[in-house]
Amino acid sequence: MANNITSESKQLATWYFTFAAIIFGAQLLFGLVAAIQYVMPGFLFEIIDFSVARMIHINALVVWMVFAMFGSVYWLLPDETGIETVGIKLGKLLFWIFAAAIVVVVLVYLLVQVGPADETTIWFINEGREYIEAPRWADFGIVVVALGFVANLFLTGMKGQRSGIVTVLMADMIAFSGLYLCGMFFTDNISMDQYWWWWVIHLWVEATWEVFVGALAAYGLITIIGAHRKVVEMWLWIEVAMLFGSGILGLGHHYFWIGTPEYWWEIGALFSALEPLPLVAMFIHVLYDWGKTQGQEMGEGHIDEDHVKSVVTNKPAFTWFVLNAFGNFLGAGIWGFFHTLPQVNLYTHGTQFTSAHGHLAFFGAYATILLGMMYLAIQGSNGIKVLKHTKASIWAVSLITSGVVGMTVALTIAGYVQVLVSRAQMGATWAAYFDGQSGMWFAQAMDWRLVMGAVTFLGFLFLIKDFLSTGKNPVHER
Amino acid sequence: MAKKSVWSDNRFWQRSAAWITGFASVLLIWLTFDSMGQISMGTDADLQSGVTKRVPAPTVINYKITYEMDTKRGHEVPVIGEKEKFFGRDDWSEEEAASLLHLGKLGSQAKNCMNCHTLLGNGAYYAPDLTKAWLDPAWGPTGSMQAMTGKNTKEEAMAEFLQHPSTYPTHARMMPNLGITAEEAKGLVAFLKHMSSIDTNGFPRNFGRMQGAVNGK
Repeated sequence: MANNITSESKQLATWYFTFAAIIFGAQLLFGLVAAIQYVMPGFLFEIIDFSVARMIHINALVVWMVFAMFGSVYWLLPDETGIETVGIKLGKLLFWIFAAAIVVVVLVYLLVQVGPADETTIWFINEGREYIEAPRWADFGIVVVALGFVANLFLTGMKGQRSGIVTVLMADMIAFSGLYLCGMFFTDNISMDQYWWWWVIHLWVEATWEVFVGALAAYGLITIIGAHRKVVEMWLWIEVAMLFGSGILGLGHHYFWIGTPEYWWEIGALFSALEPLPLVAMFIHVLYDWGKTQGQEMGEGHIDEDHVKSVVTNKPAFTWFVLNAFGNFLGAGIWGFFHTLPQVNLYTHGTQFTSAHGHLAFFGAYATILLGMMYLAIQGSNGIKVLKHTKASIWAVSLITSGVVGMTVALTIAGYVQVLVSRAQMGATWAAYFDGQSGMWFAQAMDWRLVMGAVTFLGFLFLIKDFLSTGKNPVHER
Repeated sequence: MAKKSVWSDNRFWQRSAAWITGFASVLLIWLTFDSMGQISMGTDADLQSGVTKRVPAPTVINYKITYEMDTKRGHEVPVIGEKEKFFGRDDWSEEEAASLLHLGKLGSQAKNCMNCHTLLGNGAYYAPDLTKAWLDPAWGPTGSMQAMTGKNTKEEAMAEFLQHPSTYPTHARMMPNLGITAEEAKGLVAFLKHMSSIDTNGFPRNFGRMQGAVNGK
């Protein structure tokens, strides 16, 4: 690969993207294991239990996204700042440290799994806190890597030309890295534990990651369809204001039932109800800019409808970017709003509803745009002027999208059964839980989830085929 | 040329973003200080003098806990009542209770409970919520778990189950053996009992109320 890349920063980006794609595969594989266990509870019982499969499923999710995010920054920095990234040697060294640490952590998850109830387990095996299970030694490694990454970004941003996009990324990534520290302590008080745990999880995925996506979308619109920088960056600032304005205090919707005071009901309800607004804005913005630049192109003499030249210079990437605009709004916005009011959340909290929302939101808001960034890297690496769709890229995007939407619908139905039967009707006990789980509607939903998970995985195989082969395909304009 | 509007000015929106973010952050930090005070763990003295804390002291394991409707608040709250024996004693000292809870909380993380169960409603959805597990009628004198494990008290039945979960399957979906020792099991049960005493604003609703109700009858 990478033969057309002169920038070392972009070369490093392709390393990050490659590792991210591999971990994405691991995420889907272990998701399938967990999905099979819902249908056949004996599958890999006491070998790779649900807890292990699920832990790797969600950790791989976080890790591949963080890798792809770092890769995206290293990819866009030379374009945005006009200079080579400062401290790129350090960046490359940190990549290998990061990747090696991840491999060790996963091997320990798989081979050791659990430990005795003392500090050694927390330090060396796993911390047992959803999403940030990585043992404490790895936490410190992650902090070092993140500091190096932020240093690269800041030094480059200060030395080169600092665009609006880079300014947003600088502010966003320092918050992103700093927030991780909130998840690095142990307390006997479970309420206190979850209070700070949510600072990491929520302020990542509902604040700093969303702003990151806004910055990527801005970069994508400029590079893929040639949107006007000034307009794009103005929208970006409006999005930052709306995302942080709603997302930071939207944190309150996680504080309804964990021991925290009642005032979080009102604060959480109000601000999290506002959270979909910036997502609507981002959706409109992408489609509006697309229409506008295409309209300008037609206005400049290419009026003949049959021979209109598309302004899109990377079709697969732009497909994923548009899917991001829509998926973010639908998955994070609508599916999130479904159960964000405390009156509803009292019954939906801790059910498959959350899982349905999680699947569509992580896919719609993050997976899509990061896969789009990978296509931009493939285009750049192979010196392609206009990257077109191939059969494999169309199969990939169709199967992955319908697979995830299918899983989301199935999990929503499962959640609905759980809410009605286990929670409302039967009163939330152990027996009530299993009454819901053994119902036919729930069981059927879990069957469909497995089928749709397999569809998603099939789409992933097409995606990898396309990643590996599309660069050499003669169909593209060079 | 017409004067440029502030609404299409990047600087204006950049400043707005900074101010809004700053304001939201300051408000969050201020509320966090208040919440920290409200969810810090109570003391044994609080329990003895009947002071209600959202998160009581570890010595709450010496008391009977129930989950009752509070008409003023409109939902159920945990109520700490009479003394109750826990593993044969109702005089666990502050240090003993705290170290038992410490062991249990560490155990809950070391055994990765949260990737099958939910705790305070957070975690995975493959197994029942543990928020009020201590109050689950299944473990009580009328439930099936004491008879199944051959124990006479709730805490002993729970500890026995935790040590040999796949010996006592309740459903096709079983809990795996996680190598939990007798001492760790004791800690975990203390952790569960303590968690059930946390004021969770009425979550889960109607817990344990529907005993015996099948298919809405």
